[in-house]
Order: sequence, then C-alpha cells, then structure tokens
Amino acid sequence: MATATLGGKSIEVNDEGFITNQEDWSKEIALDIAKNLGIEMTDRHWVVVNYMREDYAKTKKSPTVRRITQNTDVNTKELYALFPGGPGKKAANIAGVPKPAGCV
Amino acid sequence: MKKIVILGAGTGGTMMAHHLSKKLNSKEWQITVVDDIQDHYYQPGFLFVPFGNYTLDQIRKPQTSLLPRNVRFLNQATKKIDPENNSIETSSGEKLIYDVLIIATGSRIVPEETPGLTEEDTWRKTAFDFYTADGAAALFPAMNNFKGGNLVVHLAEMPIKCPVAPLEFVFLADYYFKRKGIRDKVNLSFVTPLDGAFTKPTAKKAFGNLMQQRNINVITEFNISEVDGQNKVIKSYDEKEVAFDLLVTVPVNMGSKLIEDCDLGDELFFIDTDPATLQSKIKENIFVLGDATNVGTSKAGSVAHFQSEILTRNILDFIRGKPFSASFDGHANCFIESGNKKGMLIDFNYTQEPVTGSFPLPVIGPLPLLKEARRNHLGKLAFRWIYWNMLLKARSIPFVSAHMKKSGKNIV
Ligand SMILES: Cc1cc2nc3c(=O)[nH]c(=O)nc-3n(C[C@H](O)[C@H](O)[C@H](O)COP(=O)(O)OP(=O)(O)OC[C@H]3O[C@@H](n4cnc5c(N)ncnc54)[C@H](O)[C@@H]3O)c2cc1C
Repeated sequence: MATATLGGKSIEVNDEGFITNQEDWSKEIALDIAKNLGIEMTDRHWVVVNYMREDYAKTKKSPTVRRITQNTDVNTKELYALFPGGPGKKAANIAGVPKPAGCV
Repeated sequence: MKKIVILGAGTGGTMMAHHLSKKLNSKEWQITVVDDIQDHYYQPGFLFVPFGNYTLDQIRKPQTSLLPRNVRFLNQATKKIDPENNSIETSSGEKLIYDVLIIATGSRIVPEETPGLTEEDTWRKTAFDFYTADGAAALFPAMNNFKGGNLVVHLAEMPIKCPVAPLEFVFLADYYFKRKGIRDKVNLSFVTPLDGAFTKPTAKKAFGNLMQQRNINVITEFNISEVDGQNKVIKSYDEKEVAFDLLVTVPVNMGSKLIEDCDLGDELFFIDTDPATLQSKIKENIFVLGDATNVGTSKAGSVAHFQSEILTRNILDFIRGKPFSASFDGHANCFIESGNKKGMLIDFNYTQEPVTGSFPLPVIGPLPLLKEARRNHLGKLAFRWIYWNMLLKARSIPFVSAHMKKSGKNIV
C-alpha cells in the first residue's frame, strides 16, 4: 500500500490511486484527486460524485455508468465530457469508492 | 399437492428440473418448467458456427427430449410474475400457483441499445453477433466471403455472458485466416470498454500477451456511442473511431424482458440475489440461478451447473423449514479456445481471480491453467458431450466439485 498527500493529509491509496479506507474521504481529498486527474470540479461533477457516494452507501457496490445515467440527470455524453476517458473509474476515484468491478 | 415452478428451460432450468425430480417425491410435489423454446441450443457451440466447425443442427436438441418424464413442460412464455400471490401467468393466460419459484430466464442480447447497430443496411450485413443461433449462422457466410480488411471484434458493455467468448472469437479468427493463407490481408482488432483484455489482473496480462503475439490490436476503454454503418466506423462517447469492414459485436446483455416488464431487476434487469444462498431478494420463496442473477461471478454454463448443486440443497432445506446448509462461492470454470487446436483454462470464484497452475483431473491428467495446451482444446470439445449427457441431466462431473479448490493454483 502506498500513501499520497491528499487534502493536506497523508492518505492510504492502492496502486491505482483509489483511497483504501472509505472513511478517509472528504471534499478536500476529492478536489485533490480531481486535480491530479486533470479535472476541475463543477456542480455537474458533484451531481455524479454525490450520487456515487449515496449509491455506494446503499448497495456497497460502485454504480456503473448505466446506473449513474439512469438515476441522475446527467446523460452518457455529458458524463464522458465531465470525466474524459473513463467516467466510471475517474468519478469513482474522486468519490472515494472502489473502482467499478466491471464484473467478471 | 405442492408445486415448484421453474421459469426457463435453458441450462440452469433444465438442471434444476433433473435435480429436484430426483430428490422430491412426485406424489407430493409437482414440478413445472415454463419456456417457449422448441429447441435447446448448446450455446458454447455458437462460437464455432461462424468458422464452419459446427452447424446449428449439431448443437441443438428438442427441449422435450431433455427434461425428466415426471416433470411437466409448459411450452409457453411467461408474461407475469406475481410474488404477492405466489403465482405466474403465461402468454395464453394460464395461471400457475407455486410454493417455490425458480427463475432461470438467462440473459439476452439487446442490439437496439447501441444506436445504428440494428439499421437495416448494417445489422447482419456488415455487423454481426454470434450470441444467438441466427447471428452465428448469418456470420458463417460473412466470414467465409471475407477477403481482407478490418475485422473488429467488439463488446459493448459488461457484464456479458461468457466474458471470454469474444477473446476466443478473435483468437479463432486469427487461426482461421492463417489457415486460409490471408492473415496478412486482415487487420484484426479487439475493442473493449475494459482497461485491458480481461477484467482480472493475472488473466488480463496473459490474454494481453497472447493478443500481442498474434498481432491483434487491443483498443481499450472504448465505450460505444454509435455504429455508423454508412461510413463503417464505430464511435465512442469520447469521440474515438474504429473503422471496420466486418464488425463482430457482443451487444449489451440484459436479463429477460419478463424481468423488465415485472420490474424485478436492476438497471440491466438482472435479479438481486443472495450470492451465497441464491435466494432472491424479491421474496423468500423465489430463487434464482444462472445468467439471470446479479451475483459477482461469470455468467457461464459451468456456474449454472455449480449453482444447481448448491441451490438444490438449499431448496430442500427451505421446503423442510430448515436453515440453508449450502453456500455458493462463485466457482466458475471456463475453457478458452486460443486457436491452433489449443486452448486455455481458467478456474476461479468470487474472491480468487484466475491464476496459472494446474487443474487436477485424475485419469485425464492435470490441465494447465491460464496457459495454452492441446489438452485444454480437447477439454473444450468434450464439453459438448458432457453438457448433453451429464450437466443437463444433473450428473455431477467426477472430481470437479461445486466449490473451487485452491490446490494446484499459483496464487499471487
Ligand atoms: C457464444 C457463447 C459461448 C458460450 N461459451 C460458454 C462456455 O464455453 N462455457 C460456459 O460455461 N458457458 C458458456 N456460455 C454461457 C452459457 O451458455 C450460459 O451461461 C448458460 O446457458 C446460462 O444458463 P441459464 O439457464 O441461466 O440461461 P439460458 O440457458 O440462456 O436459458 C434461459 C431460458 O429462459 C427462457 N426464458 C427467458 N424469458 C422467458 C420467459 N418470459 N418465459 C419463458 N421462458 C423464458 C429462454 O427461452 C431460455 O431458454 C456461452 C454462451 C454463449 C452465448
């Protein structure tokens, strides 16, 4: 396990940069992860990130792209514009939830 | 008379009919299987049809020949499940009351989910699936007539049933064109929404290496937004494009339309199911197995087989009012054709990813895991016989237990 300085604290992350203890998450940490991914957080980004956190708390699974677009007003096109090159993974990273399993 | 109703007479439903009819007294329990199919297809055989190795005739049997005699087969579609009243209704309006319901309605491809894919000038003209009997049969002449250009093998979205099937297709295509002597005229690509050739790290690496050796381009994190059949390109949401002359796609997979219509599933119409007991979260007397569940393992015939052994014990416990005694670990065991008359084997469960090592089998000898070998290819071919004669009839395969074994595996 590696650690990274996020939100001014030393936080444990895995080799893909996902925080390993969900309780560590804070808005400040999210902003730093986003910055590292080259993403400037807007209200629309937060719609996605907040939904991911809520859904994860309920289901203990990171929501898929399909689930996000069905349960928020963000459509797939916008989602890709907000989190270029892999919205499921990047939004999960920022939201402090595990990388979507993509199943097996 | 108490009643068990099984929805779906595919792999899982047929197995459950055999298991339960052996275990339950037919004077006390009536078992009814409901499905509108006439022919039962050995679906792993679809992979070989486009290459001319099998015809559809060689991979189907009439469903009535596959069920035990003391089970009633209602050859109709189910149009409604009513958990509150413990009943289902068929397309002709017949109502069946059940004590226990088993849902084994599988998964289906939904090409309409991808804009442009089902356009008349595209679907099964330049863009094909091989996940259905019709699709596999239509792809055979298209492969046969292919003289060169871009062949793109693509999967739209996870999960799909048999997630190794598109890999097998691209390996077999490489071998097919080599044998025809035109491999140098064919540009082979594998396009996936995943970040590698497979989901789990060790297998991802092994399959990735094989792709490289075979000169197959792997295009990852490609989330399809549209098939543009006129210009023969597939487009992604982040505006990447891949050109094709022949597109072989695994469209979005979803649970049965029935589950959608009755609002009993998740966003892909798979049913929320307890991963260990296989009891549904819908109601305590509804159980699910096979591709219809949302449990975190592969959607595969081998999984349905292992689940059927577990589920039989749990249903017997349930009807006797005992606590569940069996627990499913997610065990999956899949042969992967890799061309050249060779194959690979992966064996894994909910928590153990596929790794290298060997899979112990007395008599035949151990099968190498995650490594190419002729013996694995023979295993895959033998599977058709095993499917009809052992798996469907609920005869367990000697030495292969429902729970995954760690012995022989090089666990990383
Ligand atoms: C190309 C391909 C290759 C594969 N290769 C392998 C392999 O190598 N190894 C492996 O283990 N697995 C493989 N599989 C996967 C395997 O075939 C499936 O996982 C397995 O058949 C699932 O069984 P099931 O009972 O859940 O669903 P199915 O066998 O698909 O059966 C579902 C049944 O439900 C019925 N049904 C659906 N809705 C209704 C309704 N409303 N009313 C009545 N009936 C309904 C359908 O008609 C169908 O008969 C492959 C699949 C494909 C497509």
